[in-house]
Amino acid sequence: MTGALALAAVVLATSSGLLGLALRDRPDLGQRLSAGALCLAAVLGIAAAVPVLAGSPASVIQLSWNQPHASLAFRLDALSALFLLPILCVPALGAVFGIGYWPQEEHGSHAVNLQLWYGVVTGSMALVVLADNALLFLFAWEVMALCGFFLVRAEPDRRDAQKASWVYLAAAHVGTFAIFAFFASVGSARGSFDFSAWGGLGSGGAAASWLALLALLGFGLKAGLVPLHFWLPGAHAAAPSHVSAVMSGVLLKTGIYGLFRTAGFFEAPPASWGAVLMVLGGVSGVLGVALALAQHDLKRLLAYHSVENIGIITMGLGIAMLGRSRGEPGLVLLGFAGSALHVVNHALFKSLLFLGAGSVQHATGTRDVERLGGLSRAMPWTAGLFLVGAAAISGLPPLNGFVSEWFVALGAVSALELAPLDRASFAVLVAPVLALVGALAAACFVKVQGSVFLGNPRTKDAARAEESPGVMLVPMAALAGACVIVGLAPALLIAPLARGAAAWSGMDPARLAGAAGAASGTATWVSGVAFVLVGTVAGLWLLRRRLGAGTAAETWSCGYAYPTARMAYTGSSFAQILNQGFRWVLLPRVRFTPPKGPFPTGARFSTEPREAVLDLALLPAVRDYISATSRVRGLIAGRLHLQALLVLATLVALLAWRLLWW
Amino acid sequence: MILRALFQIGILLVLPPFLLGVVNRVKAIFAGRQGPPLLQLYFDVWKLLQKGAVYSRTTTWVFRAGPIVGLAAVATAGTMLPVAGQPALFTFAGDFVLFAYLLALARFATALAALDTGSSFEGMGAAREVSFASMAEPALFLVLVVMARATGSLSLSGMLGPALAPAWRAAAPALLLSAIALFVVALAENSRIPVDDPNTHLELTMIHEVMVLDHSGPDLAFILYGASLKFFLFGALFVRLVADAGIAGIWAAEAVFVVELIGFAILVGVVESVMARLRLTRVPQMLVGASVLSVFALVLLLR
Repeated sequence: MTGALALAAVVLATSSGLLGLALRDRPDLGQRLSAGALCLAAVLGIAAAVPVLAGSPASVIQLSWNQPHASLAFRLDALSALFLLPILCVPALGAVFGIGYWPQEEHGSHAVNLQLWYGVVTGSMALVVLADNALLFLFAWEVMALCGFFLVRAEPDRRDAQKASWVYLAAAHVGTFAIFAFFASVGSARGSFDFSAWGGLGSGGAAASWLALLALLGFGLKAGLVPLHFWLPGAHAAAPSHVSAVMSGVLLKTGIYGLFRTAGFFEAPPASWGAVLMVLGGVSGVLGVALALAQHDLKRLLAYHSVENIGIITMGLGIAMLGRSRGEPGLVLLGFAGSALHVVNHALFKSLLFLGAGSVQHATGTRDVERLGGLSRAMPWTAGLFLVGAAAISGLPPLNGFVSEWFVALGAVSALELAPLDRASFAVLVAPVLALVGALAAACFVKVQGSVFLGNPRTKDAARAEESPGVMLVPMAALAGACVIVGLAPALLIAPLARGAAAWSGMDPARLAGAAGAASGTATWVSGVAFVLVGTVAGLWLLRRRLGAGTAAETWSCGYAYPTARMAYTGSSFAQILNQGFRWVLLPRVRFTPPKGPFPTGARFSTEPREAVLDLALLPAVRDYISATSRVRGLIAGRLHLQALLVLATLVALLAWRLLWW
Repeated sequence: MILRALFQIGILLVLPPFLLGVVNRVKAIFAGRQGPPLLQLYFDVWKLLQKGAVYSRTTTWVFRAGPIVGLAAVATAGTMLPVAGQPALFTFAGDFVLFAYLLALARFATALAALDTGSSFEGMGAAREVSFASMAEPALFLVLVVMARATGSLSLSGMLGPALAPAWRAAAPALLLSAIALFVVALAENSRIPVDDPNTHLELTMIHEVMVLDHSGPDLAFILYGASLKFFLFGALFVRLVADAGIAGIWAAEAVFVVELIGFAILVGVVESVMARLRLTRVPQMLVGASVLSVFALVLLLR
C-alpha cells in the first residue's frame, strides 16, 4: 500500500511539468498547477514514508519488465523512506517559491522547459531511492543526471551556466560509469540484478575493496566529496535558486543514498572502510568550509557549504561502518542517526538558504555579497528566515543542525568505549574535526549574514531592495519551522532512525533498541536544555523590556560623525584571517595595483578564489590530452593505412595483455 | 538535594563578577596601584541596569538580541557544569558537546550584533573573535575528549566527578598536557592577555571589547555579566581538572571549590601582569599549539 502511494507520487511528480506544456497559453495557471501537482506528490510521499518510518513493514512491488535482467522491482523500506521525505518535499516547496521567483510568463519557453525537467528530476530522484533492481536504479540515475544538465542550463544565454552544465555532465557520466562497472561486477557474480539478492557480499580480499572503491567513486562524485566536488559549485551557482535548492539540498543526497545502499550490501565491512569514509568526510568538511569562506558569490558559497555538510554526513556513515565492523550497536545507531538525520537537516536548511539567496537576488539583482548589505531593514522576513538557516547550518542549538552533528560527535566519542588498545578508538578524532568545521561554518555565516543583511547598503541595488512576495516567503517559513521543530524535539526521531539503522545494517533490531533507548534518553535531555535556553532568552527579553528604553544615535566611529557604508567591514575583510590560513587550498588569484607616488590616483585590490581541482588540475590535463590526441589525429588523418595500423597495434596490445597478465 | 541545587545555581549566578574583581586586584597590586574595589563589577552592572541605552540608527533587532542571546546561552551552558565535583543540574552523555556549542551560540549572537552596527571597528573585532574561536574550539574538544577517555565518562559531571582522582593516578601526563591546553583555551575564549587585553584603549587592537563598543546601558550590563559568567565556567572546568581536592563533605568541597576559583583568578591575574600581549598573527600559532598538546595527550591514552 505504502509502496503504491510512493509510486503514485513518482508518477505525479514526473508528469507535473506536462501541465505547463499543455497550458502554454496560460503560463501562470500552468505553473501554479505544476506546483500544486508537486505539492500533492509531496503529500502522497509523506503518506507513504511516515507509516514505514513508524514501523510498518517494508513495502515491495514486483512487476516484470521485458529487458534482460531488469525487473520493475520497487522497495520502500525505512532507509528509502528517510530519503524519500526530503526528495519529495523540498522540490514541492521550491516549486511554490518558483511561482514568485521565476514566473513562467516572464521567461517564456525556458520556464516551460524548466518546469518539465524540474518535475522529471523530482520523480527520478524518488525512483532512485525506491528502485530495487540495479538496471531500474541505473535508468532512474541516468534520467536524474540528464535532468540536472538541463536544469543547470535553464538560462541558455548565460556563459557560466553553459560551462558549468558541461562540466556537470562529464562528471555525472564518469560517476555513472563507475556505478555501472560496480553493478555489472556484482550482478554477474550474483546472477541477478535485483538488490534483494545482493545482501551479504563478502568484504574480504582485494576484489571486494576494488568494488567498494568503484562505488565510492561513482556515488562520491554525485555527493561531491573532496576531491570529487569540482563540478558542484559551478553547477549549483548557475541554476535558478529554487533549482539550486533542489540540487544542493536533495540531488546530492542520492549519492549518499547510493553509498548507504551499497555499504549495506557488504557483510561485515572491515574497520578500514569506516576509516576511509571518516578521513574523506573530515577532509571534505574542513576544505569545503574553507573554500566557502573565500567566496564572494552567495550561491557559490552555499554550494561549497554542501561539500562541507556532505563531509559531516560521510563522517557519520564512517562511524556507523566502524560500528558494524566491531559489532557495536551504539556506534551503528549514533553514526547512522547522525548521518541520516543530517541528510534530512541539510535538505531543510540548505534549501532554506538557497531560497533566501534567491529572494536576495530577486530583490537586488546581484549575488555578490560585497555589493549587498543592510537588507534586513527592507527585507525583514527574508533576513530573519535566512538567519534561522544560518544558525542551523552552523550547528547551533536549539536548531536541527546541532542535533545531527551532536549524534555524530556522540558516536565519535563513543568509540572511546571500544576495547582498550583498539586502534579504531582514534575515530574519536571526528569530534574535534566536527568542532573545527562547526566553528568555521559559524564564522562563514556570520560573514554572510553580516555583509548581506546587516549594516548599511553598499550599493544602490541593495538600497532599492524590497521584500519578496508571500509566495516566496511561505516555503522559506515552512523550512525554517521544520528546522526549529527538529531542533527542539529530537527524541521523537530516534525510533524512525533506529528503524532505518536496522534496515540498513541488518543488525538485530533488539540489539539496536538498547542503544536507541539510551540515545532517546539523552536526546530528551538535549530538548530540555534547548527549552531552558529558549526560556532564558524569553525571560531576559521581558526583563530587558522593563529596563531603560533607548535613544537613537550614530554608530560610534571614534568620534567621526558621518560613517558611510564604504567604511564598514566587507565580507572579504571579515574572512581574511581564516583565508590567510587556508591559502594553500584556496590558491587565490590576486590582482593588486598598489597606490603609487605622493598623490596616488588609483589603487585596486581583488582576490578571486580558484577551484583548485577543476581549474588547476582537471581542465589543464584535459586540454593537454586533447592537444596530444589531436596531434596524433593530424598525423593519421586521411591515411587509411596508418589508421589500420593503429587499430591493429591496439588489438595486439589488448591480446598480449589478455594472454600475459589476465 | 534541592538546597544543594539552589546553592549551585547561586554560586553560578553570584560569584562570577567577583572573580574578575580578583583578577583586576592582582593586576593592580603588580602595577603598584590600589585598584578598583573587588566588587566593582557588581556596582557597574547594577548602575548600567538603571540606565537608558543608546542605539545606532543602523542597528536592527539583531543588535538588541545579541546581548540577550549571548547571556542566555552562557547561563544555559552553566546548567551543565558540575560545581565542586557534584553532578550538574543537567547531566547526560555528550553534554560537553552541547556545552561547547552553546558558547558558540553566544559568540555567534555577539558577532552578529557587532556587524549590525556597520562599524569597521566592530567588524574587525567580530572577525578576530570568530577566527580565533574556530581554532580554540577543536582544542577545547580535544581536551574534553582526553578527559572523557581518562575518566571513562561521556558527561561533564562524570569527567569532573569522583572518577577524576583515579584518572590522575593512571594517566597523569596526558591530563597534565590537556590541563595546559585548557588553560590556553580559557585565556583565549575569555579574551585575556596574551590573546586580547581587556583594558586596552585602542579600538584597532581589541578583539572582544571592540565588538561591544556600541552597546550601552542594560545591554552592556548583560554583556559584562555574561563575560564574567563565561570566565567562571572555564575557571570551574580548569580548577576541577587540576585541583581535585578529594574532600568528602559536600559543603566543605563547595568551600574549597570557591577558594580554588579565587586561586584561578589570581593565576590569570599573574599571567596578565607578567606577560605582554602576543601579536595578532601569533595567536593562531598558540591555539594550534594547544590543539597539538591535547592530540599528544590523546595519543598517550589511546596508543
